Amino acid sequence: MSLTQHLSAQLPAHLPALQVVLPLLSAPLAVLLRHGGFAFAIVTAAAWAAFATAIGLWLQVGQLEPGGVISYHIGSWAPPWGIEYRVDRLASFVLLLVSGTAAVVLPWSRASIAREIPPERHYLFYAMFGLCLTGLLGITITGDAFNIFVFLEISSLSTYVLIALGQDRRALAAAYRYLIMGSIGATFIVIGIGFLYLMTGTLNLADMAVRLRAMESSRPVLAALAFLTVGISLKLALFPLHQWLPNAYTYAPSAVTAFLAATATKVSVYVLIRFYFSVFGESLVFHELPLPQIMLWLSLFAMFAASFIAIFQDNLKRLFAYSSVGQIGYITLGLSFDSVHGLTASIIHLFNHGITKGAIFLLIGGIVAVSAVRGAPSMSTTVTFARIAGLGKRMPLTCFGIVIAGLSLIGVPGTAGFISKWYLIVAALEAEQYWLVGAILLSSLLAVAYVWRFVEAAYFRPPPAGHESRNEASLALLIPAWVLVAATLWFGLDTSFTVGSALEAAQQLVRSGQ
Amino acid sequence: MTDALILHPALILIGGALLLPLLRGAARDAAVLLLPALAMAALWLLPEGRLWQVTWLDYQLAPLAVDKLSRLFATIFALMAFAGGLFALRQPSRLEVPAAYLYAGSAIGVALAGDLITVFLFWEFMAVGSTLVLWSAGTATAWASSRRYVAVHLAGGVILFAGIAGHLLTTGDATFTGMQTDSLAHWLILIGFLINAGAPPFSAWLPDAYPEASWSGTVFLSAFTTKTAVYVLLRGFPGAEILIWIGVIMIFYGIVYALLENDMRRILAYSIVNQVGFMVVGIGIGTEMALNGAAAHAFTHIIYKALLLMSAGAVLAATGRRKCSELGGLFHSMPLTTACGIIGALAISSFPLTSGFVSKSMVTQAAVDGHLFTVWLFLAAASAGVFLHAGIKFPWFVFFQKDSGLRPADPPVSMRLGMILFAFLCIALGVWPEPLYAMLPYAVDYVPYTAGHVITQLQLLLFSGLAFFVMLNYLKRTPTISLDTDWLWRVAGPVFARRFRDVLQATRGSLTGTLSSGLNAISNLITRHRHPSGLLLRSWPTGVMALWVMVMLLAHLLSDFFG
Repeated sequence: MSLTQHLSAQLPAHLPALQVVLPLLSAPLAVLLRHGGFAFAIVTAAAWAAFATAIGLWLQVGQLEPGGVISYHIGSWAPPWGIEYRVDRLASFVLLLVSGTAAVVLPWSRASIAREIPPERHYLFYAMFGLCLTGLLGITITGDAFNIFVFLEISSLSTYVLIALGQDRRALAAAYRYLIMGSIGATFIVIGIGFLYLMTGTLNLADMAVRLRAMESSRPVLAALAFLTVGISLKLALFPLHQWLPNAYTYAPSAVTAFLAATATKVSVYVLIRFYFSVFGESLVFHELPLPQIMLWLSLFAMFAASFIAIFQDNLKRLFAYSSVGQIGYITLGLSFDSVHGLTASIIHLFNHGITKGAIFLLIGGIVAVSAVRGAPSMSTTVTFARIAGLGKRMPLTCFGIVIAGLSLIGVPGTAGFISKWYLIVAALEAEQYWLVGAILLSSLLAVAYVWRFVEAAYFRPPPAGHESRNEASLALLIPAWVLVAATLWFGLDTSFTVGSALEAAQQLVRSGQ
Repeated sequence: MTDALILHPALILIGGALLLPLLRGAARDAAVLLLPALAMAALWLLPEGRLWQVTWLDYQLAPLAVDKLSRLFATIFALMAFAGGLFALRQPSRLEVPAAYLYAGSAIGVALAGDLITVFLFWEFMAVGSTLVLWSAGTATAWASSRRYVAVHLAGGVILFAGIAGHLLTTGDATFTGMQTDSLAHWLILIGFLINAGAPPFSAWLPDAYPEASWSGTVFLSAFTTKTAVYVLLRGFPGAEILIWIGVIMIFYGIVYALLENDMRRILAYSIVNQVGFMVVGIGIGTEMALNGAAAHAFTHIIYKALLLMSAGAVLAATGRRKCSELGGLFHSMPLTTACGIIGALAISSFPLTSGFVSKSMVTQAAVDGHLFTVWLFLAAASAGVFLHAGIKFPWFVFFQKDSGLRPADPPVSMRLGMILFAFLCIALGVWPEPLYAMLPYAVDYVPYTAGHVITQLQLLLFSGLAFFVMLNYLKRTPTISLDTDWLWRVAGPVFARRFRDVLQATRGSLTGTLSSGLNAISNLITRHRHPSGLLLRSWPTGVMALWVMVMLLAHLLSDFFG
């Protein structure tokens, strides 16, 4: 058997390992080469390979019988002793989101960071990006509790560096604050995992779930639940633990903001779902404890308070950062229903909001790149409403893209955001919580208000003198952004991928959680 | 395969609206006139039935479904777009006609929608298009009222959507058919529809917004929103009894406010509410005759109301004045406008031989046939009232009355042609109603020109005409402002909020150190949030953030242990 035949026969079986190993290898290579261009090429290639791997895994999961799981034993050590990678429908869905976003953002980043990061640091940026991607993919794919913590730290530490690379001097402060808060969150998570290990004597999530079912719920288990909930809530920026997020998103380089907004909080939501449904079990979390009520009210606060705050922001990145906090409220609201449809809504919105916000931040990054002036960094990376006056004439494609993505944030039919809201409403009606239907729809009106502010400034205010001429972003910036904009439209019309996989994942989770 | 070749009339207009801003000069003029004509041709080439079928989220959608009722409304909408486009051909604003075509196309889309989701989509497009029409007037008052307008319509859209969602979930069927007012979801749908129809207590958006549009914008606005609402009510809630009483209230609301009003276009805007009231009553009665009457009345009303607003628009464009008290004697120099205004006024008053007579009398007759004596009495009284406020008051104060000394010329040829077209239709439909009757959803077994009908109507009109001139002194308008329900949110709301805050701030002094800290928080909430250093807007110190983490942990631990 020749080598290629051997490879092609073995490759499909090792996709779970490759999913993490490829981006992981790209990071040290990028550092060793010490060259921005090569680092870019390697990390981008790794991200695309990861995307291809994720597609492969997605197809493999589809070939299993419904509810099937791909279990991969690292180093051939069988679980629960060895580390296990588990890919089910939900995991492969999130892997696709994360690697797909990276595959879009990385090609885009080249033109953007040329304006935002000094050239001698470009290779560091790509190395950190590769690590962050590794961490996020690892969290998603692993079936081992301690492994989750390790990958969480990999992604978090690289994120702090990525944020601090922002040229605005406030980026350092934002990164530092996120460092403190992220560390507290990680500590909580490790304490929670420690409690669970103490009680069950295992770190394998599937094994842990079996053993937890067998024992009475005791105080350490409940404490573990509390620590994990709070720790993960902090990482996913659940109101009122969201305070690290707006500054981090505002002052980080645009490429980082786009990538984080689309993936980081989403992966944290994934971890929360994983622990609730696959480890603790639905009955403990949702039936015996008042946790759904707490989550319901925090979600409502997030939906209204954060969207309300967003309306009054003057900085566009900050506005959409607060909108992210509000949108996360929809995701956790879906969780709190404890039903297949509620969970489906959460999973769909996790994806739909990821691509929508990714598109918006890429387009805003385009505005930064076009108007950035080297030498006056803190001014040039701040996109205020005053600066986008009349932008609809100067950058028509960019502005139109933001409007479409904005419609998706509002939840206009025909956009991806509508599908998520629709399932949320279905879940609310199913639970006979009619007032929540009103709350969901009313909070959408707040989104109308902040998206409207953008429309008003970009289309109805005269441009400042001397800035009337057309100055659209380059194609390198526009094409990746419009890929995501097109995706928000596509997934608003053809829902077979998003709804199909979310529904299947939700059914699988609810079944395993009982 | 023939399905793929079918063109959706709504998409022709909407697509054309997007292309119009790119065109200039004669090409643009040609496109403005051709687009509605194309839409009309496409509409009449369509066979009946559910022509487009799409599956979306497990629901069967039919974005293009044609029957007699939908064809009737789509026809009048396309006709209206044509005449409006002709009238607005010399409108300097480059935004208005494309916006109006988006608006008209969406209205056609609603009329041709076979399912509720498509209805909702075009419904929202209509809100966007009409808001843009309003804006293109470019004045500060238009800007302000467009914001109130869009707020009302978005809120209405939210209510409608909540209802549609509930309907879909309970029935699992998206088809747009008749519904009963038997569940919360259906009530929400009905309320959503009624908000657009201008039913009280949400009617104030209409007279607030429509008179602020440009001289041609109001013509478009008058036609589509309320009449699509009539269409969806006809299809969705025929025979819902509550509609009779809502309609009666609308009729009298419109008359009273129109009599009090001084702004000529606001008079006509109130009379839209009044006329839609007649249609809503017809829908509420729900017999075949009544539904035919409501549909026919919507058809004729679009024509004569547009004609009235065209003549008012011509006056506004020529003089720049809107108030009855500042106008008068214009018949000297604007004979054509005067003639067209009078024809419109006669039609709205249902004078025999005009279009209003052949349609409104069907609703009245249906009330008689249904032995609804009270309703008939109201309708008869209202007919007199319509003659008072729209039939005589508008032409009298604008074109005759005292001589204001103004001598503006008749408008340019495109505007004149638009008016002549609709004036012709007003008379033609009154003299020869058979084509209209043939388009109605049910077979028509009704002869308008019987001696009884004609004599009753003439008596009614003569006596109210007499009343007008006897009471002329009381009806002379001074420049006043009439309070409507929108006063509640325009004035009383902010005043109340300010009072509330003042009171709260006053208590701070007297109750310092006790309960006042909590009250302070509320009283300053809004101001604080609007400030960059407001509580939630500023960046919290790390310690405070960490504190929140502890609070959350404690809350979770306590609730987990003791909950």
